[in-house]
Amino acid sequence: MIEGKSTALLGVAPPLPGPRISVLSPTLRSTQELIHQFLEWFGDLAIFFWQVLRAGVTPPFEFRELFRQLDEVGSKSLPLVALAGAAVGVVLSLEARYSLTRFGAKSLLPAAIVYSVIHETGPIITGLVVSGRVGAGIGAELASMKVTEQIDAIEASAVNPYRLLAATRILACILMLPLLTLAADLCGLVMGWVAQALAEPLSFHQFISSGFNGATFNDFLPPTFKTAVFGLIIGLIACFQGMRTRGGAEGVGRAATSSVVLASLFVILADVVLVKFNMIFFP
Amino acid sequence: MAMHTTDQIARERKEAVENGSAPFVVIQDLRKSFGSQMVLNGISLAVSRGETLAVLGRSGTGKSVLLKLIIGLQKPDSGSVCIHGHDITDLTIDQLGKLRKTMGFLFQQSALYDSMTVEQNVAFPLQYHKKEMSRSARADRVKELLAEVGMETDLEKMPSDISGGMQKRVGLARALALEPDILLLDEPTAGLDPISSAEINDLILKLQQEHHMASIVVTHDLHSAKAIANRLALLNEGEVVIEGTFEDLQRSDIEFVKEFLQHS
Repeated sequence: MIEGKSTALLGVAPPLPGPRISVLSPTLRSTQELIHQFLEWFGDLAIFFWQVLRAGVTPPFEFRELFRQLDEVGSKSLPLVALAGAAVGVVLSLEARYSLTRFGAKSLLPAAIVYSVIHETGPIITGLVVSGRVGAGIGAELASMKVTEQIDAIEASAVNPYRLLAATRILACILMLPLLTLAADLCGLVMGWVAQALAEPLSFHQFISSGFNGATFNDFLPPTFKTAVFGLIIGLIACFQGMRTRGGAEGVGRAATSSVVLASLFVILADVVLVKFNMIFFP
Repeated sequence: MAMHTTDQIARERKEAVENGSAPFVVIQDLRKSFGSQMVLNGISLAVSRGETLAVLGRSGTGKSVLLKLIIGLQKPDSGSVCIHGHDITDLTIDQLGKLRKTMGFLFQQSALYDSMTVEQNVAFPLQYHKKEMSRSARADRVKELLAEVGMETDLEKMPSDISGGMQKRVGLARALALEPDILLLDEPTAGLDPISSAEINDLILKLQQEHHMASIVVTHDLHSAKAIANRLALLNEGEVVIEGTFEDLQRSDIEFVKEFLQHS
């Protein structure tokens, strides 16, 4: 690079920047800043994860708070997850029926619904619904505690806030997501059958037999357990965004929004990676 | 410095108490910046058992930051903070926890846990650190602490249901729950009317006389500082301008000190 200071030292005038460079450089600079900010955020997230992991695996363990969070994350998300699963089952049934009939493959409809629900739509819909409900809730709650110094008060009382607040919430998300996915799958399959049966009479037994024909545990367990990774992402990002909040009420709002947006984004990205992972290791 | 066990800390405290000489809190050449803004620029202070040091200064001069450095909520850029002879600046959260059990902190906005009742707030440190206490013994201790601050009839109320002055009292009760040797108070009378301020000052004085703690009070209220402190330290631009009794401040020729006293 020969410009600015170095050329001045050589006694050579620096070259004049051409118009093309002056148009691009602000864009390049802002992209560079964005990448820098993202890497900084990611680094801070990794440090936070390490602190939570260290706190979470050393006693004393916060079982009471964990059980409270299992209820918050699990049973209070169940109605919304079940409804989302049911809606997806109906939509899948209607859309798949139309497509498969066109190609003369109507008999494959039960299998199409079953495989779609348990492989993909059940897990991803559960992940996105929970990242919206739980991610926003955790982000806002911890952000509110941060801006009112309640987290500092917990730490000043010689209680580790990473253990009490973050580790319990993250573990609750990891444990509850697979169970919520099962609920979403069940509702999706039942409502998929209902939609199918309304168009063309078919017993539930026939629907399930036909749908699960040829299915193995490799079709069912890996996609369900990948939601544990979704739970880790949702809990980790929501706790991180909440516990680093600044700026009063505006900061709390930003923390809640950013928790949902980032958790949803990373759940989708993780899904892409995990689908490939499952295909390779659980063919 | 290797971290001592709770028993060793207790033995050292006892020796220092019998000895009567070792300061509980020693701050040496403490520096802290936020970005390019220098907040503390080489602060050195010491507080012994039974002493109350008031740290005064204009708003935004780093007084609250000083308290957070003492309890380890923030790390200094350089310098040392010794609590019972242990430099806390390089300790982990769990190592710091052992020393924090000997300290009580009253936050500026009280920082009560808004999802818990008054009783649950005060019981919180006891629940975690006095597991040998039965539920009834803990409840009795909580009532005793709240009675000391005049809040014994408000056990079931939520923080949002009580006034700012009452929240400060509950915050004080919580800070005293583990019978600390060191009490840190961040602007205890901020936002209170003159009558409530006087009541909090009287309460702090009474608790000091009963418990003989080493206390550091951060305030911009000179009247409050005069009422409760043995010594005053005045900060300006991150440095201690003067440290001594109120009379020492009155006799001082330093321009900033005269201006501070004139406007207080």
